[in-house]
Amino acid sequence: MAKEPKRAPRPGLVLDVDRSTPPILFHHGEGFRLEKLPAGRSRVIYAAEPLPGIPDPDGAIRDALANPIGESEPLHALLKPGMKLTIAFDDISLPLPPMTKPDVRQRIIEAVLDLAAEAGVDDVHLIAALALHRRMTEAELRHAVGDRVYDAFAPQGCLYNHDAEDPDGMVILGQTPHGEDVQMNKRAVESDLIVYVNINLVSMDGGWKSTATGLSGYQALQHHHNPKTMRNSKSFMIKEDSELHHSNWRQGKVLKDSGIKIFQIETTINNNTFGSDGPLSVLQKREWEWTGRDRASFMAMNTGLKAMSSRAKRAAFQSWKAPYELTSVQAGEVEAVHEVTTANTLKQHLVPVEGQTDILTMGLPYICPYNVNSIMNPILVMCLGLGYFFNMYRNKPLVREGGVLIMSHPTPWEFHPVHHPSYIDFFEQVLAETHDPVEMSQKYEKQFAEDEWYRHLYRTSYAYHGVHPFYMWYWGAHALEHLGQVIIVGGDTRAVKRLGFRPASTLQDALEMASDTVGPQASITHYHNPPILMADVT
Amino acid sequence: MGGLSDLLSKAADVQLPRLKKPLAKLPFPLRAPSTPLTVEPLPPVRKTGVDFDTEWARSGPARAAREVLTTTVMEPVVQYLASPNRQGLDRLEGYEGPMIFAANHHSHLDTPVMITSIPEPWRSKLVVGAAADYFFNSRVKGSLAALSIAAFPIERTKVGRRSADLAADLIGDGWSLLIFPEGGRSPDGWGQEFRGGAAYLAHRCDVPVVPVHIEGTGRILRKGRTLPKPSSTKVTFGAPMRVGEGERSAAFAQRIEHEVAVLADEVTTDWWSARKRSYAGTTPALSGPEAGVWRRVWSLDDKNKRSSRRSWPRP
Repeated sequence: MAKEPKRAPRPGLVLDVDRSTPPILFHHGEGFRLEKLPAGRSRVIYAAEPLPGIPDPDGAIRDALANPIGESEPLHALLKPGMKLTIAFDDISLPLPPMTKPDVRQRIIEAVLDLAAEAGVDDVHLIAALALHRRMTEAELRHAVGDRVYDAFAPQGCLYNHDAEDPDGMVILGQTPHGEDVQMNKRAVESDLIVYVNINLVSMDGGWKSTATGLSGYQALQHHHNPKTMRNSKSFMIKEDSELHHSNWRQGKVLKDSGIKIFQIETTINNNTFGSDGPLSVLQKREWEWTGRDRASFMAMNTGLKAMSSRAKRAAFQSWKAPYELTSVQAGEVEAVHEVTTANTLKQHLVPVEGQTDILTMGLPYICPYNVNSIMNPILVMCLGLGYFFNMYRNKPLVREGGVLIMSHPTPWEFHPVHHPSYIDFFEQVLAETHDPVEMSQKYEKQFAEDEWYRHLYRTSYAYHGVHPFYMWYWGAHALEHLGQVIIVGGDTRAVKRLGFRPASTLQDALEMASDTVGPQASITHYHNPPILMADVT
Repeated sequence: MGGLSDLLSKAADVQLPRLKKPLAKLPFPLRAPSTPLTVEPLPPVRKTGVDFDTEWARSGPARAAREVLTTTVMEPVVQYLASPNRQGLDRLEGYEGPMIFAANHHSHLDTPVMITSIPEPWRSKLVVGAAADYFFNSRVKGSLAALSIAAFPIERTKVGRRSADLAADLIGDGWSLLIFPEGGRSPDGWGQEFRGGAAYLAHRCDVPVVPVHIEGTGRILRKGRTLPKPSSTKVTFGAPMRVGEGERSAAFAQRIEHEVAVLADEVTTDWWSARKRSYAGTTPALSGPEAGVWRRVWSLDDKNKRSSRRSWPRP
């Protein structure tokens, strides 16, 4: 049928709030709040509308494999009979929320395996490059790589999760000139070729972070996942301004110099998180453009959510699959590929914003990279707000130094016992004593990182590594140093206080509390995310 | 009188409490949002007119419902009001696949008369091009039109690529099309010039056009009348026509109009006379004589009389 040609996607928007501005949507975990922002001194930053996806993704993937970027031969020329091939791919933390089937990784891996089969490559291993994240379950792996790939490789033990604590499975490749160890999965090191399959959700992903982090272990990661590096990553979303990336790139150079051959495949997706016509599509619209149907579905959803238990709400939200579309795919040499990927990612995310603000508000959604099919515990609330959302800027932070961050999230004192065991002890023991990243790293990090029980759970169960909660706290180190005050609206009071933040019942209360720090007529900026956006602050 | 006028003027001065819109007091999202002053509002999304979505009306359940509606309601009503005498159906024998039925247009009754006259296999997979500005200007009217007669919107006030694309896609999917190339009902009983839509689609989709002449529906429910007056009608199907080699759409449109005029002549005279007049180039035009209003009306009356005379059985 002939369809109306689609309107070109609109760029991001900075809205100056006036008296005609309707209440603004704040994500609030597995729920929502509608908040009226003060007119005359508030603004709202909206994401750009989703860029159009590539009409023929499989064709584009084949084309990328045949026409690599940088100093690399086409993939088919790198594949030889008798060779050892390792295909590594991004884990469950990407994309967020997980995307509708077929996942980009499945499309790419099938295309790569097709070429490998044609070239007569028999020795193929597929590894979920999860570094110190939790292992992926069978269902999660099937979703990422597809049933065809899973059924062909998993039963033979050739499709598995990376194990950074396997004493026989990790290799030290050397040190960077800065004294940073470079550690990698042994199977990958011994392979004639590593093909890395990436999904770039934000500009931080990809590049040497894929292999040098994803296939690495604590011995190497501790050199950049630490308070000093994170405080000097301003922000870690921009490679040039990120000490985290500088360290990763140094490690990447060691990898390259050691003779390891990597064929990097990177992809970008648009920010079509909630779809244009599904049940959650209202969350992707600007409030004054909500139709009668949008308002009815929002009210029905809100009413339903209020009647549901936390568990049921989590199950409902975690079942959502985002209809992301592939916007670019590029393959070849790691750094050349990543340049193009970053540019394509920023094309979707960047929104120009003039000047910083006194108060930054944000509604935190139900998901972050570390609670897919899990619980967003208070540490992850901190990490999502102060680590990820705060750092979604280029040039300078959205909020001025000494400003106030107001986040909206229920922040339950609740942990997933299987996924986050060391988080529980971190919350109870470490945060009860200190909120200072440097102090906790010196005093507690090694103890958690080398704890045998956490190590055992990481390797055999589905637990994040023992050191992981520290890393979550370090993600927010730059924000903690930069901000004058952090307030959480609608959170569990005890949990918020344990985090070292101030609890508020309503946004109005929070603004009142913020005035202690930034004065009564402070400027306010609301970061309307998701869908993902990145502020280009001038 | 003075006291009464004072009273009236005082009464006029009394301020009645203003009736406020009750919905305006409700909070968002119970009421519609206002647009911030600095923002350009989105252009309204039209869901009526040519943008009306009729795809659902071509689904299996809708087709089944329409079939029931056609046989239980439309056919008896058409039979009662118009008792159509259908001629020329034998000319369609041997043809398969989608076709475009192009008929003259005098009355709202033309569509049901045509739907009940078009034979299978075309009838069960037939869509009707209907004026977007008339039939699809409201959701209710559009839904009724889409369900009952499988109507889809056609832009008649301007050249609309969207309508043409939709029609071409439907033909491509195997649907036959009923179209009234005059673009609207006759205002005075005489025909109007045929527009190029049917010819263009036949050219684009390479399907035949069946010229059809409907006689008598104007007497039952002409334009401007609200209540129908039962009478007899005649529906004459012509031989399917194809676009000639190198023939342009405009020329084909004229040829279709001419064939319908020949069928009209066939109704008022006989087939042989109509064919002879056609070859001689003396077929009376559908649009009637070029004359003043009263003479056109007079001629129409004459035509109707001749037609009704022909309805008598021959000796």
